[in-house]
Amino acid sequence: MTVMDVTKDPATLTMVVTAEFDAPVERVWQLWADPRQLERWWGPPTYPATVVDHDLVPGGTVTYFMTGPEGDKHGGWWRVLAVDAPHSLEVQDGFSDDTGSPDPDMPSTIMRVVLSEEGGGTKMVMTSTFPSLEAMEQLTDMGMEEGLRAAMAQMDEVLAA
Amino acid sequence: MYNQMVVRHSTAERGDSDRIDRLFHTLADPTRRDIVRLVLHTEQSVSALAERYPMSFAAVQKHVAVMERAELVYKRRHGREQLVRGDIEALRTVNRLLDQYEAVWRSRIDQMDEVLAGSEMETEPGAVAPVAPQNRTTKEKPR
Repeated sequence: MTVMDVTKDPATLTMVVTAEFDAPVERVWQLWADPRQLERWWGPPTYPATVVDHDLVPGGTVTYFMTGPEGDKHGGWWRVLAVDAPHSLEVQDGFSDDTGSPDPDMPSTIMRVVLSEEGGGTKMVMTSTFPSLEAMEQLTDMGMEEGLRAAMAQMDEVLAA
Repeated sequence: MYNQMVVRHSTAERGDSDRIDRLFHTLADPTRRDIVRLVLHTEQSVSALAERYPMSFAAVQKHVAVMERAELVYKRRHGREQLVRGDIEALRTVNRLLDQYEAVWRSRIDQMDEVLAGSEMETEPGAVAPVAPQNRTTKEKPR
């Protein structure tokens, strides 16, 4: 388990996840910077992501869709706010409508990732900030079912190993 | 995101949303957070609480009133004392939301680990099946 710490602050609607990876900073950065690697971890196992645009420069856009078990597609986007490769990335993270354009009815979060060298490996600090409690509730309501399913799928993998 | 695959926020949940708004607002104050921690463990009188903080009895009473409205604490009378006790269910509601988001990220980080481990494993576990017969074939011709 590489998740070292999770800090949740209800008052500021912020969650900070700290993880450590047994790999150099440059390598961990590739998880974000290489679209083929990003799509291997962003979506849950049953909803693999396909990255369409991946322009990781300030003002750039990343777009993707995830494909569900029934072939159902769900799109999302990042608006890149700041990049300092291979150390930090800040994006606005939102959803797309059926046409692939940003969905104005859906809330977005601000996601900031900082990578630093630590003990020969990499420490990743991910901070997620919700714009409002309602937005957070909306996002987590929707995430509950799939998050649970993904967690159980991963338990199955562990048990089968 | 896990999120978009399912339900839109139903209007039926609006009442609950208002309540959660009140909870968060109430917990944004450090004194109130401290009081909640205290009264979750042990029922406290308002005057006992007032002795703990550098503020007047009236100020503490005001904090307690805000917390009562948010249904974070309950108050009851005992003789001439007002006793305050915390409602664990209310705090669970607040944390539930953040817990769900945490689960999303824990799952992502597990998958990041797999990618870093260099495993070229398929996303769908079922796709791995053909490997076994191939292995057997190689074993069968060791001559």
